[in-house]
This record gives sequence, structure tokens and C-alpha cells, in this order.
Amino acid sequence: MSTEKTSTATAATAEAPADHQVENPEAAHDAVAAVDPRLLVREQGLAGYFGEFKRKLHAGDLGSVPVVVGLIVIAAIFQSLNSNFLSAKNLSDIAVTMVATGMMAVGVIFVLLLGEIDLSVGAVSGVSGAVVAVLSVSQGMNEWLALLVAVAGGAVIGALHGFFFARIGAPAFAVTLAGLLFWQGFMLQLLGDTGTINIDREGAVGSLTTYFFTDVAAAYGLAAFAVAAYFLSGFLDSRRREAAGVPARPLSDIALRAAVLAVIAFAAAYMFNQYKGLPLALVLFLAVLVGTDFMLRRTPYGRKIFALGGSVEASRRAGINVTAIRISVFALAGTFAAIGGLFWASKIAAANQSAGTGELLMNVIAAAVIGGTSLFGGRGRTWNALLGVMVIVSIQYGLALEGIRTPVQYMITGAVLLITVVIDSVTRKTQKTAGRA
Amino acid sequence: MSATPVLALRGVSKRFGAVQALTDVELEIHAGEVVALVGDNGAGKSTLVKTIAGVHPIDEGVIEWEGRPVTISRPHDAQDLGIATVYQDLALCDNIDVVGNLYLGRELHKRGVLDEIEMERRARELLSTLSIRIPSVRIPIASLSGGQRQTVAIARSMLGEPKLVILDEPTAALGVEQTAQVLDLVERLRERGHAVILISHNMADVKAVADRVAVLRLGCNNGVFDVKSTSQEEIISAITGATDNAVTRRAARSAEAKNGESATNDKSAENAEKAEANK
Repeated sequence: MSTEKTSTATAATAEAPADHQVENPEAAHDAVAAVDPRLLVREQGLAGYFGEFKRKLHAGDLGSVPVVVGLIVIAAIFQSLNSNFLSAKNLSDIAVTMVATGMMAVGVIFVLLLGEIDLSVGAVSGVSGAVVAVLSVSQGMNEWLALLVAVAGGAVIGALHGFFFARIGAPAFAVTLAGLLFWQGFMLQLLGDTGTINIDREGAVGSLTTYFFTDVAAAYGLAAFAVAAYFLSGFLDSRRREAAGVPARPLSDIALRAAVLAVIAFAAAYMFNQYKGLPLALVLFLAVLVGTDFMLRRTPYGRKIFALGGSVEASRRAGINVTAIRISVFALAGTFAAIGGLFWASKIAAANQSAGTGELLMNVIAAAVIGGTSLFGGRGRTWNALLGVMVIVSIQYGLALEGIRTPVQYMITGAVLLITVVIDSVTRKTQKTAGRA
Repeated sequence: MSATPVLALRGVSKRFGAVQALTDVELEIHAGEVVALVGDNGAGKSTLVKTIAGVHPIDEGVIEWEGRPVTISRPHDAQDLGIATVYQDLALCDNIDVVGNLYLGRELHKRGVLDEIEMERRARELLSTLSIRIPSVRIPIASLSGGQRQTVAIARSMLGEPKLVILDEPTAALGVEQTAQVLDLVERLRERGHAVILISHNMADVKAVADRVAVLRLGCNNGVFDVKSTSQEEIISAITGATDNAVTRRAARSAEAKNGESATNDKSAENAEKAEANK
């Protein structure tokens, strides 16, 4: 209050003498904006950008840096072992295969943001594949309809888990563990004695992973569109912020980010065009990532999920319907598990008894965590699913190229997960000492 | 000061099972007035605040809001009336930034999309009118000091333009400078015409900002004092029940004992006399 009064006073006096006009308003401005000297003030422009980046690294706010470095290391190692690793065919296969696990990881990230865990995603994905196969192949239902039933079924299953967790108050770990067993049994029951139902590769479900946009323009067009959309949204946001008088991201910063995105997007598009073209599965996955990221960071619903991950009590007092949000998040996890199951069935062109079992669940959770989602809730983005699943599937494909068998694959994936969790814990400690956690 | 109080409690009682937490409590708060609510641990301060905030509905008595009786059975009712409560544990989300916390549960949005720019603009405006200084409105709450968190929590309560703000021990865990900042903030709330209930154990804080002090003892009113004309000792004696405490009870007991002793002495003397007489 007092500073404001003095500032208006100096501004008023400044108007009278002409020679003081320039200096005094500035002094007045300084008086209003007087800030704590310990504050982290970010410089404008590129220098500020790098300064901020360095400060974040020192504070242990690593973000996606470890996983990106990890991906580069993985690619370098496998490429030196086998020159086919970075071939267009191999990378395209990785891109298609990772979508099933990646979709499930998106659902798990939502649950992890609450600080909870969903162990049932693998089993639910198996149920979804079995439902589609039984309805469309055995019962002769329209495949699109069967697909909708399977996804809706996943949502209902997830909501059921959410109900027992949020309403009854049973631990999510136990509820979803029970779900894992139950839905595994349910899937086996659905598939019956034959055990395997083959799916038409050209049908609605089959084409999820077999369809490629063979036109070269498709991949380049998508890359160009993504870069343009990213730059424009950043630019317009920055303009609106400036108009409203709140700090805006500098143009150089936006341009730099867009340039990095452009390099990656066009390299990927070039690579896909060397092989079959842009895979439909990847387009759908990217669409889901953009959509869920928007939902989490830009809508009130997403804000509530983060709030619950931060403090349940604070959320409750803020009038957030904790039960409803929790149930809806588990329903989302179930939905994405079902969608992942469809991609899985599409990839192997069948619904069989081993779908959704074994290491799938572990890979899904590992992908979410490796990508940078905190196990403690409240931190993470759905883009983490893409990075994490790229790491896991790259390791699988790289080892398979070398002819290394499954037991060793498990051990290596396990080690990578451990490294990730160690990095998460260590950065968390650094963050605490830097007062950022 | 207006004639009708913003909030008036008339004979409010609250019982938890076998415990009578509040008995016939009376309290009045006017607009632009800071009323300190003091009392020892277990005196019923928190219970009283929670009944006003709608966490615990009252069992008996009447709550009057701007002169008309109202029922507050849920926290929502209290918020609708214009009562904002800042609890001791603040209830902020560490992982969300200052703007997000200020607008938690009442986010501004346009067609379902968060209006971050407008929220940030208003947050800056609010923080500057309250002269609150924090590093940036876009850093997570985890990065702020205890005093800064307290000011953010108080600022959050101001967003709904409440008529009554309840602060539950806002300075309990703060250093000297931070305490001063929070007390400044309380005075600013009063200047802006809000009624403030301030719960505090710190007599210096109470003397510094409050207009009146309401003392609770064992769930009952134990006097309302005008801060300017009352000494700290008087307030403390009302809190501890200086007229009814270990010291006074001991004094009373020993006085009684002396009287009793003399009485029995008299009797025995009498008896002795009688016995002598019988001989």
C-alpha cells in the first residue's frame, strides 16, 4: 500500500518538471515492482532460456532430459552392434508395436498422477481383445460396433475398480490386483476351449496396425502441420499474454522449440516414407497424446487430477468432488487399457490366451515411470508415455535383432527401470534441497 | 461500525458424544473489525470456527448472518454466505503453482478450457493489492517459504470477496518478519471492510491487530474485551481462568482448611471443657 502511494506521488510530481519526466516514472515503476532480491527472475531472450535450463538442472528438475539421453544411448549401442537397428523398417516396426503398450501407459499415467496404481490394465486389455474377437468373429457382430463395446467395457471395468477404491475406500493396489485375477479369468472364459480367435487383418481392428498412409505427402504434411500448430499456438498465447500484461514466453524461445520439433518431426516423416509410409497406429497414438495432454494441462478436469495428486485434503476443501474424479480416472485407465488391447489384438491378428499377461503390465508401468511420471503422484505428462514406451520397445527390438533371448531382455528392462527409479529418487532429493518438491 | 453484526452467534452449543464442546457461546463480529478468538488448548476455538465454517453443524442456538438467522450445515453453505476460512494446515497443493492454487476448485474457463492468462492477471492484481510479494506466480507452492504460503492461503480466501474471513493461527509457525507481513495483511483486510476472526495464542499479535478479544474457556464465553482498554494480564487471566485455577483453588482450599481446623479445634476445646465439667 505504502509503496503504491509513494509511486503515484512521484509520478504526479514527475509531470511538472520536464527534465525529470523520463527518470521519475522509471523510478516509480521500480518502486512498484520492487521485488525480493532472492527471487528467480528469468531474463528475456535466449540467454534467459539457457540460464533457466541450467538452473533447473542444478535444482534437479531434469524433466525429460534423462530419458532422451537414455534413448540416444540405446540407439547408439544397438546401432553399433547391428546396423539394421536404425533402418527405416526396424524403426517403423518399433513405432507400430509401441502403440499398444503406449496407449495403456497413458491410462496408467492418469492413475499415477493421483498417486495410485492400476495393476489390472494388462488383464483389461486382454478382455478387450477377447470381446472384440468373440463378438465380431464368433457372433458375427459388426466389427465397429464390437470395437465400441470393447472400449466401453473397458471404461465400465475401470469405473468399477474406481468405485471400490474411491467409494468403498479399499486400497487401489488390492482392488486392481483382484481385478487382474478376475479379468484374466474372464478373458479365458470368453475365449473358451479353442483359446485363440483369429482376426481379419483387413478389418476395422486389423487395420489399426496394418494400415499405412503410403502417400509421401501424408507424413510430411502431418509434420508440417504439427510444427505450424505448435508455433502458432505458442505465438498466439504469447501475444495474448503480452496484451494482458502478464509475463510471456519470448519469441526466440518459441521459435527454438518449434525448430527442435521440426527437426524431429521431419526426420521421423522422412524415415517413415523410406518404408511403408506413415503408420495409422502412430497417428492415433499422437492424437491421443495431444488430446490427453490438453485435457490434463488446460482444462479444469485435468487441474483437479493434479490437485488430487498434490493434496487430497486441499482438494476436498476446495470443493472438488474427490470420489467422482477418482472414479473417472480409473474409468479412463480402463478405457485406455481396452484401446491398448485392441492394438495388441490387431498387431498379433488374434485374441489369444496369453494376451494381456506376462510382462505386459510391468512394461506399461515401467513405460510410464521411465518416461518421467512420478510414482508419488502429481507430477507427469501423458507425453511421458511416448518416451517411456520408446525406450522399452527399442530395447526389446534391439535385443531381438541381436538374437538375445527373453530372459536377458527381462533383466535388461529391469535394470533400465531401476536406473529410472534411482534417477527419480535422486532428483527428488535434489529438488527437496533446492526447495522444489 | 455498522449496527447489525455481519455474524452473530446466539447461545450456540455443540456436543460430540459425551463431550460438551461448546456451551451457550455468544459472539458478534462487525464489518471492518478484527475479533481475536483466544483460549487455551481444548477451549473450543477450533470447534467454534468449524461450526461457523460449516464443518460441524451446531446442535443448539442460532447463527445470524447480517441480522437474519441462517443454517450452516455444509462448508458450501458458509462459502455461499461469504465466509472464507484459512485453516492452520493451509491446504495448498505443493505441486501446483501459485495461480493454480489461488483458483483451485473455482478455475476460470472459457468453453471448458482454462483461462490461464486471465487467472494469472487477476492473481497478480490480487497479490499486489494485498502487497503480497512472492517470487513468481508461476512457481509451485513447494518453492515458497512458510510465510509466503500463509499469505497465498489468505489471498486465496479473498478471491470470493468474502464478508468474513476466519484465520486459524495464521502466525503459529512463522518467523518475526513473516509474522509482521501476515499481521499487515490482516490490517489490510480490515481496511477493505472485511470482518476478520483471528485465532491466536500469541498475545502480542492479538494486541497488535485485534479490535476486540473474545475469550473462550472450557467451551463457554469467558468475556469479551476491548483490546485498547484491557491489559494483557487481564486477558491471560480470563484465558487461564485466574479466578479458578490451581493457585486460587489452593488458596481457597488452605483458607477453608484453616477455618475447618479452627472449627474442630473449637469443638474439641468445647468437648474438653464439657469433659472437664463432667469430671
